[in-house]
This record gives sequence, structure tokens and C-alpha cells, in this order.
Amino acid sequence: MKRLEKAARRDRSKLSARAALAPAAFLAPFMTGLAIFTLYPFVNVILISFKEKYKMLTGEFSAFGTENYQAVLGDPNFLNGLRNTGLYVLFVVPAATVIALFLAYLLNKEIKLKGLFQTCYFLPMVTSVTAIGLVWKWMFNYDYGLINYLLSLFGADAVNWLNNPAYNLPALIIYGIWSMLPFTIILLLAGFQNINAQYYTAARADGAKPGKIFLRITLPLLAPTIGLTLIINMISASKVFSELFPLFNGQPGSAYSLYTVVYYLYDAFYVQWKLGRAAASAVILFVIVLALTLVQLFIQRKWKNY
Amino acid sequence: MSRTIAYAILALGALTMVFPFFWMIVSSLKTAAEVNTTPPTFLPESPTFDNYVYAFEKAPFARYFLNSVIVTAACVASTMFTTILAAFAFSRLKFPGRDVLFASLLALMMIPFEMLIITNYQTIVGWKLTDTRWALIIPFTSSIFYTYILRNFFLSIPDSLYYSARVDGASNWRYLWRVMVPMAKPALATIGLLNAITCWNAFLWTVLVTNSPENRTLPFGLYAFMTSSGIRYERLMAAATIVVIPMVILFVCFRKNIVTGVSRGGLKG
Repeated sequence: MKRLEKAARRDRSKLSARAALAPAAFLAPFMTGLAIFTLYPFVNVILISFKEKYKMLTGEFSAFGTENYQAVLGDPNFLNGLRNTGLYVLFVVPAATVIALFLAYLLNKEIKLKGLFQTCYFLPMVTSVTAIGLVWKWMFNYDYGLINYLLSLFGADAVNWLNNPAYNLPALIIYGIWSMLPFTIILLLAGFQNINAQYYTAARADGAKPGKIFLRITLPLLAPTIGLTLIINMISASKVFSELFPLFNGQPGSAYSLYTVVYYLYDAFYVQWKLGRAAASAVILFVIVLALTLVQLFIQRKWKNY
Repeated sequence: MSRTIAYAILALGALTMVFPFFWMIVSSLKTAAEVNTTPPTFLPESPTFDNYVYAFEKAPFARYFLNSVIVTAACVASTMFTTILAAFAFSRLKFPGRDVLFASLLALMMIPFEMLIITNYQTIVGWKLTDTRWALIIPFTSSIFYTYILRNFFLSIPDSLYYSARVDGASNWRYLWRVMVPMAKPALATIGLLNAITCWNAFLWTVLVTNSPENRTLPFGLYAFMTSSGIRYERLMAAATIVVIPMVILFVCFRKNIVTGVSRGGLKG
């Protein structure tokens, strides 16, 4: 009898050991990738940013300190990058959101050819920045570009978008607004569709005009979605980088005056091999993104029970 | 606002969004002389495929294309595998600290990838994988975002199904692949598509870890083509078309999946 009981207990403990191992086994492939390529580099880059005179090959460094941060924050190129990134975010995000709001409002109506319109509006989202950036480079061309041709139809002078440093940022902003629209329209359209149709029925029954309905019902109910969209777009716009490669042949603008935060990071790392500075600028980028994300979470929480 | 004006505005907007694609294809079919004319012609006078032939002959675009297909397929397959297993563990299996672990993973989502390139580059160098296609695949096998989407989908499948399958003697493994995965096909399609688009278009990391033409993918190949063969827009537009067309086809076929995926995640594809 006793032996039987013992065997049963052994069986049970074996079973529970297997049951305990199951989650570990299922999570192992996922967690391994995450640990090596997200968690470890995250911790490591913060460490590197505080290591002075860090050497990449040997991993040697002289001391822990804030030298890298002082160097980055005193570097005119980084300050130029902060300024440009800030201006880019400031122009692109509000402009794209307002245009997208308008278009999403129209797309949400009972219209024909909805599928065709959606395909047109969302197409730029799936295409490579390098490829479509090249098309924009061609359209921005001084002599034969389409944009200058359109300007000439209105009697305006040709603009040297890509070779006159004064117009580099405007060109990047125009392209940025265009490429941000699809994603923004999708998010806002989802927001429109979440508004309960009963509000509209009630308002119409009361004889409210369309303009008033939009201002008094749609806009307030859409506010959380708009807030969320703004923040998500601010985060993605503050990482502007790849667009510079096709537009300016891999340089930060035609006169090296169009650095962005991520371009600075890339340049410090891959061109200058100043790893400490690159790491410090990466941490600064993270702090910016973190701050924006916290605002996003705050907005989401605040509007949860709307 | 009257209906006609609404349609007019929508059509104008749609035209603006699609026009660069139209212009890319039209320019790629023109001769060098016709590209550089004012006023521009909106349809090529005598369409020619010479620019495509040139791109495929002067730069190994066929090779780039193959590399992009291989890297994208490998990324999607490995990511799907780790995602399915992890989403299952986070939705069906019970273990201490599960929800705390999951919440802290979600917090990791806000780390920008750009921040990680320095150390990931060192890792790839340490593993002697620079300038291989492995370097484009291995760092991207785990995605918190896709796991999050799939876990939520798995949670919507009733528990009772799980317990009855377990009583019938099915193992976790069998239950996952025979019951849950087939049921989650729509969610898996969405995740797979978003993942494929991201892999296909990846640029920054590709520039860092690959170098020789044999290992380049299309976006980097296109950029190299631009810097090496000079600015000849009819040729560049042909090359750009080669890069863009596969994703356009994918999008036109699976628009609904992609759009739901994007609006659910609120994350750029």
C-alpha cells in the first residue's frame, strides 16, 4: 500500500514538474530573442553612455561620468538635430492631423467607391521610404521636377528644394506630411467608427445642422483618438531619419545643416565611430520618446471612461 | 457640405496620395530625353522597358529581390513561431508572475529600435555575422507588439474548449497547433502582413550590417544604385518600381487585414 502511495505521489510530482516547465518551454524562444536583442542592448547602451573614452573593440574605458552627455549637448550638430527634429514634429504632426481629420470625416460618410478611396489613401503606408523618397527627390528636382512645374503654372519661381539649404527642411516637411497621412487617417477613421450612431440620430431629430453636429458631438467624442494620434505621430516624427538618404544622398541636408536626432546618432556611431556620444544621444532620444509615451498613457487613462 | 464637393475633395486627396506612384511608373517608361523635358509629358510617348533592363543588368536587382524574399520569409516565419508560442503561454498557461511579466514586456515596447543599434551591431560583429543575411534575420525573431495582438486574440477563444481538449488527452502543444492556430488565422494573417511589410522596407539596420552586393536587400540595393550609377531619374524610377510593386500588390490584396491591424495596434507598419 505504502509503495503504491509513494509511486502515485512521485507520478504527481513528475506531472507538476512538467506542468511547471511548460510555460518556460513555450516562452523560451521568444524570451531569448528579447533578452539578447532588446533587454541587453537597452541596459548596455545606457552603461556605454556613461563610460568615458569607451573603446568598441576592447570594451575598455577610463571612468564612469557624464563626459559624453556634455560633449553631445555641446555639439552644434546635435543642437542642430534637436532644432530640426523639433521643427519637423511641430509642422508635420499638426498639419497631417488636421488634413487627415478632414479626409477621415469625408471617408466615414456613406460614399460610393469606399474601397477604391481607401486603397488610394492608405497605399503610401506599405511602401519603402527609400523608394518613394527617391520619387519625391525626382519631383523636387530643380530643372525638371513636377513640383516646380506646378509652381510655374501658377506663375511662381522655381524653388531649389534640395540644393538650397533654406528649402531643405520645407521639402522634408512636405514629404513628411504626405507620408504621415495614411496612418493618421486610419487611426482617425477607426475613431469615427467607434462613435455611437445614436448620438447623430438624436441630434438630427432635434434639427441640428451638420456643422454644429461636427463641433458639438463628433469633435468632443473624437478628442481621445485625436490626442492619441497626435502623440503616436509625435513619437514617430521625432525619429525622422531614413528620408534623408534618398533626398540628400545620405547627407544631412545639402549643406550639412539638416541633422536630426537619429541622424546624429547614426553619424556618431557609424561614420565617426564615437560610441560614447552615439550612446548618449540614443539615451536622450529614449528620454524624449519616454516623455511622450507617458503623456500618451496619461491621456488614455483620463479618457478611458469617456 | 454637398455631396459633389465631398467627392471632389476626396478625389483630389486620393490623386495626391497616388500621384507619386503614377509618376514613378510613368517616368520609368520614358527615355532619358523625354524625362528631361519641360513641360513634362504625362504619358510616355513611346513606352520603353530599357530602364528596367538596365537596372537588372547593371545592378544585381534580381539578387537583391531574392535576398529580400529570403530575409522577409525567414523573419516572418521565425517571428510567427516565437509569437504563437509566447502568446499561448501568456493567454492559456498559468504560472506565477505571468501578468506582471507581461505588463513589463509591454513597457519595453516604448524603447525605440534606433537606441539598440549600437549594442546589437556589437553582438552581430561578435558572432561574426556581419555582411550575412543572418544578420538581417536573427535580431528580429521576437516581437512584443505582435505577441500582444495575438495574446488578446487567443484570450477571446473560450477556456472551455481548452479544458475539454485537455480532458481528451491532448497536450498543450497539440491543442495549440490543432485548435488555436487554425482559429486565429485572421489575426495571424494581419500580424504576418505587418511583419512582412516592415522586413521588406527595413533600411537603417540593413545599411549597418550588410555591405557586399550579394547580401543586400532591395531598399539598400536601390540606395547603392542611386549613389553608384548617378542620378538618372528614368533608371532610378524603374529601380524604385521594382522595390515598391510587391508591397503594392500585397496591399491591394490584403487591404482589410492590414488596415485593421494598423488601427488595432496604433503602431506604424
